[in-house]
Amino acid sequence: MWHLITAPVLLPFLTALLIMLPPVHYSPMRRRWLSMISSAIQLVLAVLLLLQVQQQGLMHYAVGNWQAPFGIILVADTLSVVMVCLTSFLALGAICYGSAGEDEKGSFFHPLFQFQLMGINGAFLTGDLFNLFVFFEVLLIASYALLIHAGGKNKTKAAVHYVVLNLTGSAIFLFSLAVLYGTLGTLNIADMAVKVAALPEEDLMLVKAGGLMLMIVFALKAAVLPLQFWLPATYSSASAPVAALFAVMTKIGVYALLRVYSTIFGENAGPLAGMASDWLLPAGLATIALGAVGALASQDFRKLVANLVLVSVGTLVSLVALQTELSAAAALYYTVHSTLVTAALFLIADLIANQRGKAGDRLVSGRRVSQPILLGFIFMVGALTVAGLPPFSGFVGKLMILQSAVEPVSRILLWSLILLSSLMVIVALSRAGSTLFWRVSGTEPGGGKAPPLQVFAVIWLLLASPLLAVFAGPLTTLSQQAAAQLYDTSTSINSILGQYPVEEIKP
Amino acid sequence: METLFACCIGFLTACGVFLMLRGRTFPVVLGLTMLSYAVNLFLFSSGRLTLRGAAVLGTTEQYADPLPQALVLTAIVIGFAMTAFLVILAIRARADLGNDHVDGKLPESELSKKESR
Repeated sequence: MWHLITAPVLLPFLTALLIMLPPVHYSPMRRRWLSMISSAIQLVLAVLLLLQVQQQGLMHYAVGNWQAPFGIILVADTLSVVMVCLTSFLALGAICYGSAGEDEKGSFFHPLFQFQLMGINGAFLTGDLFNLFVFFEVLLIASYALLIHAGGKNKTKAAVHYVVLNLTGSAIFLFSLAVLYGTLGTLNIADMAVKVAALPEEDLMLVKAGGLMLMIVFALKAAVLPLQFWLPATYSSASAPVAALFAVMTKIGVYALLRVYSTIFGENAGPLAGMASDWLLPAGLATIALGAVGALASQDFRKLVANLVLVSVGTLVSLVALQTELSAAAALYYTVHSTLVTAALFLIADLIANQRGKAGDRLVSGRRVSQPILLGFIFMVGALTVAGLPPFSGFVGKLMILQSAVEPVSRILLWSLILLSSLMVIVALSRAGSTLFWRVSGTEPGGGKAPPLQVFAVIWLLLASPLLAVFAGPLTTLSQQAAAQLYDTSTSINSILGQYPVEEIKP
Repeated sequence: METLFACCIGFLTACGVFLMLRGRTFPVVLGLTMLSYAVNLFLFSSGRLTLRGAAVLGTTEQYADPLPQALVLTAIVIGFAMTAFLVILAIRARADLGNDHVDGKLPESELSKKESR
């Protein structure tokens, strides 16, 4: 099953093509079913890939059988495959939610969704920086179109900002790639790590400039403080299933930061080792603070959730900046938890907004929701999880984060900011919840009942949280393995560059 | 040749950044186009500038690095598609929002001018 690594990229691509072809394209039901079934298969394949990586250690796949530093390779290690699993799990929930009617408000929802999955999975699996750029563009162009799905003034306005910012980001990405290629002569991540370790003195500043420009790009995708202004407007105006999928998009930026600054500019990089930490730690901490203040100040629930995304990004980026195995393990666990719960909250916000009539998700008194017990319960679970209260996964995640800050300075900063921001998030969420559910006028509910498929999708995403808490033992072991594999750069470089490919491909 | 090339890239980038900071969508699109031209030239130069060098081994004495050429080709295609999308989006924003400002609303100074007319 050597070719299994390509499945997370190829399967969404083929599905998207199939959905656009005649027998499937003409019927909404067929489109939905194909999209859902394909996502379920993707999830199964991703889990299979994870099991295989667990057995064999790091795997890599030379595309077209071109050997490693010359051709493009796909690399599957525990970290990247866990991210692929997370994406597939999230995507299945989002597609189920979208299939309850949201997908027919515009055209090409399902193909675009699958193309975006292809881009996301590819970005996680690739072992080549230029290929990472290409997959970024694949997922971005799909996300541009998904963002304006169903149309409307707010979406168009948010999309213009989002597209222009990301195009600028792509330009900076290419500048930095050109600088790095000009000095290092390679764009394969493993090979770059080797070249950086033996860098001549005179190229040092150029490589540093290139590396820091890369940081700007990834920080823009991840929405770290000076580059985060696009996020609340974009995420809160996107339609619910799209916003849920976007919850994983910021994590791609964080993942790329982790990958580049632990492999290429990691411990062996000599004078360049850890060059991003000085920038990322303050930026990450400031993002946490800003996200928490933003959550308190939000006028509607979706903006509030978007600010919670900022808090999680800030936390993750600070963890990346710490650059230890412990912090990377905590970051991985927290990524899984925070992505799923923020995605679920975006969906819950939409469910609530649909049932409150004109008031929508604005935090003002409005008509009562038609399913107060169901919505109230899932809101409570989501809120408790995202704020990090026991017994849900947020608590375990926060605990791991607090334990991973070992140095006194980072410990003081991280502990105080994370605990304070949790308090602010609790205040913001309890205020939002009491307004949404208790400050009601009149007895008539503002809308009909939620379709069962949508309720199922929300429960699917929320169910992950208690499961993550119950199976915290094996999952922390898994994330520690992933972190150990990530920081064991010499083994991974040897396995990628050392042996030349793969068995003969028979014609 | 290197100096001229570098000046050219620098000038294009400066123009691109200047135009991108304008308030209306059309200059912004033009600025992004300029910036992508600059990027493409820069990416091309990362394989070193050589005269009369073929990209295929054994055909000439000096040869050029073929990888940047492939990268540039990819970057051009992607940049072109993205610009096309942005143009369409800008037109749609003009229609949806009623003006062509990046923020979707006329700035105060122009509003007062409009009212006084």
